[in-house]
Amino acid sequence: MSSVSQPSTPVWKRISQSRAIWPILALVVILIVDGFISPNFYNIRIVEGRLFGNLIDIVYRAVPTALVALGMAIVIGTKGIDLSVGSIIAISGAIIAWRIQAGDNHVVILAYAVIAGGLCGVWNGTLVAFLGIQPIIATLILMVSGRGVGMLINLIYGGTDPSFESAFLQGLSTGSIGYIPTRILLFIAIFIALWLVVRKTALGLFVESVGGNAAASNLAGINARRIIFVSYVICGVMAGWAGMIMTADTHTSDPVSVALYIELDAILAVVIGGGSLMGGRIYLGMTVIGALVIQALTTSILISGLPPEYNLIIKALVVLFVLLLQSDNARKQIVALFRGKHNE
Amino acid sequence: MSLKKIIAAAIVSSSAIIAGTASAQTIGFSQVGSEGDWRPAFSANMQETASDYGVDLKFANAQGKQEEQLRAVRAFIAQGVDAIIIAPVVVTGWDQVLQEAKEAEIPVFLVDRDVDVEDKSLYVTRISADFNLEGRLAGAWLAAESLGDCKIVELQGTTGSAPAIERNGGFQAVIDQFPAMEIVATQSGDFTTEGGKRVMEAFIKSTNNLEGICASFAHNDNMQLGAIQAMKEAGLNPGEDVLMVSVDYVPAIMDAIAAGDANASVELRSAVGEFIYPVILDYLENPRELDKWIVIPSDLHTAN
Repeated sequence: MSSVSQPSTPVWKRISQSRAIWPILALVVILIVDGFISPNFYNIRIVEGRLFGNLIDIVYRAVPTALVALGMAIVIGTKGIDLSVGSIIAISGAIIAWRIQAGDNHVVILAYAVIAGGLCGVWNGTLVAFLGIQPIIATLILMVSGRGVGMLINLIYGGTDPSFESAFLQGLSTGSIGYIPTRILLFIAIFIALWLVVRKTALGLFVESVGGNAAASNLAGINARRIIFVSYVICGVMAGWAGMIMTADTHTSDPVSVALYIELDAILAVVIGGGSLMGGRIYLGMTVIGALVIQALTTSILISGLPPEYNLIIKALVVLFVLLLQSDNARKQIVALFRGKHNE
Repeated sequence: MSLKKIIAAAIVSSSAIIAGTASAQTIGFSQVGSEGDWRPAFSANMQETASDYGVDLKFANAQGKQEEQLRAVRAFIAQGVDAIIIAPVVVTGWDQVLQEAKEAEIPVFLVDRDVDVEDKSLYVTRISADFNLEGRLAGAWLAAESLGDCKIVELQGTTGSAPAIERNGGFQAVIDQFPAMEIVATQSGDFTTEGGKRVMEAFIKSTNNLEGICASFAHNDNMQLGAIQAMKEAGLNPGEDVLMVSVDYVPAIMDAIAAGDANASVELRSAVGEFIYPVILDYLENPRELDKWIVIPSDLHTAN
C-alpha cells in the first residue's frame, strides 16, 4: 500500500509515517464522537470572566496530569519510572494547607510546595541513581508512604478540616487572565521552559543516551548517575506544581485521595505520546497530546450519561484502541486482513 | 429490609446506666483500623463514653487486618471479658472465632459492617447506621421541599461500594413514588471533593448550566462541597438555584449550610456509644433474642 502511495503523495506518506499522527487522530476521533453524544459540546462562551465550555474543560482539567506526565516523560526517557507522583502531590498539598493555617506569605508557600516536590525528587533520585535501587521499587517507597506523610502534616495542626482560602494560589489554579484560565497560561510557560532545557541544552540528548545505554553513555563521558538524579528532581518539581494546582482547586488538602492513580494516567500519557518504557526517547509535545487524549476521554465519559460502572471499561477499551493504532505490527495485521479479503 | 427497626435508645439507656453502674462490665472492642475521618472519631467516642456507662473497654485496633482482629477476639476470650464488640474488616471468615466465643459463653455484638456466617446465632445483633435509610431521608426531604417535582443530578460514591449502592437504592426508592421526580444524570465522584467538582463541571456543560435541574444529591459531603465550588465558578447559585442535599454532616458542610450554599445533610453519626452500650448492657442484664439488626437513627440537618 505504501509502495503505491509513495510516488504520488510524499506529503501524506510523511504524515502517515510520523508517530505524531496517531495520538492526534485519536484525540480528533474522541472529540468528534463527543459532538454526537452532546450536541452543544463545542460551545464556548464567557462565564464569570473566563472561557467556559467542554473543550476548555478538557484542557483545564488535563493540566495537572500533563505536568506530571512531562516530568514522567523525562524519567521514562532514562529508562526509569516514578510511581510516587501522586504521593508527592499529596505532600505538597498538605504543606500548602499547613503553612496557610500557620499564616505564611502565600508566595513563599508556593515556593514551599515546589521545593517539597523537588526534595521528594531528590529522595527518589538518590535511591535510584546513587544507591542503584530499581526505579519501580525505589519510587514505590514514597508512593506507599507519601500519603501517610501528608496525613501526618495535617495532624501537625490538628486539621480534620484542612480547608483554606488563598486568593493568590486559587488565582493561579482557578483564576483567569484575559478570559484564559491562568493554569493553562502557566502550563504553556512551564512547557516552553522545560522544552528549552531539554532540547536547547544537551540535557535531552544526555537523558536519551543514558536511557538508551547507560554504560555506553558513561564511557562516552556522560555522568549517567547525575543525569538520572536530575530527571527525578525535575519530575518531583513538576508534581509539586501539579499539587499546588490540585490543592488550590478544591482549597482543601486531602492526602488520602487527591490525585489517586495519577501516576498511571501520566505513564499512559507518555506511552500514548510515543514514549517507550525501554527509555531512550522523550517526546514532550506528544506527551501533552497524550494527556489531552486521556482527559478528553474522561470528560466524554462524564457527559455521556452512561452508568458509572462502565467508566473504567470504556477507558481501557479506548486506550487499547489508541495503542493498537500506534503499533506498526497491529496496523500491518489489520491492513493485511482487509487486503486478504479484497484479493479473494 | 424487614430488619430495619429503630429502637428508642433513650428509654433503654436510662435503665442501662443504672444497670451498668451496679457492676462494671468488661467489654472488648476490636476496631477495623483508623482510616478516614469518621472511624477515628467513632473509636474516640466509644472510648470516651465507656466510663459513662461503667464499662471497662479494652480497645484493639486491627490496622485493617483480619488476622489482627481474630487475634484480638481470641485474646478477649482468653481474658474472659463480659462481651465482645467487633467492627469487622471483611464480611467473611468469622465462623470459627465466633464459635469459640459462643463456647466461652461471651456474647458478640457487631457494629458498622455485617458478617456473613452460616449460623446467625453466633452473634447477638448488629448495631449500625443504615445507608439505605440515609438515602431515603435525603429523598424524602427533597420530595417535600420540591413538592414531588424535581429533576436531580446525582454524585455517586465509589462505584460498587456499600454506601454508594445503599444510598442510591434508598434515594431511588423514595423518588420512585413521585412521577415528576427523576435522576437525569448520575456519575461517580469517588467520595472526594476533587471528584465531585469534576463531575459537576461536566454536568453543568451537559445540562446547559443545569437548566431545569432542581437538585444535586451527593453520596457524601465532600463531593457536594466540590460541586458547590464548580457551580460558583460557573456563576450559578448553589443552595438557591439548585437544592443541595448530601450525607455525612461534616464540619465543612455545616459551614456551607450556614452560608446558604447547601441545604441539607444527613448525619452519619460518629457519636454512637450512646446507642451501642445501652443495648449491650441491657442484654447482659437480661439475655434474650434480639433483632439481628438494630439501626442507629440518622438525622437530617438543615439551616433551621
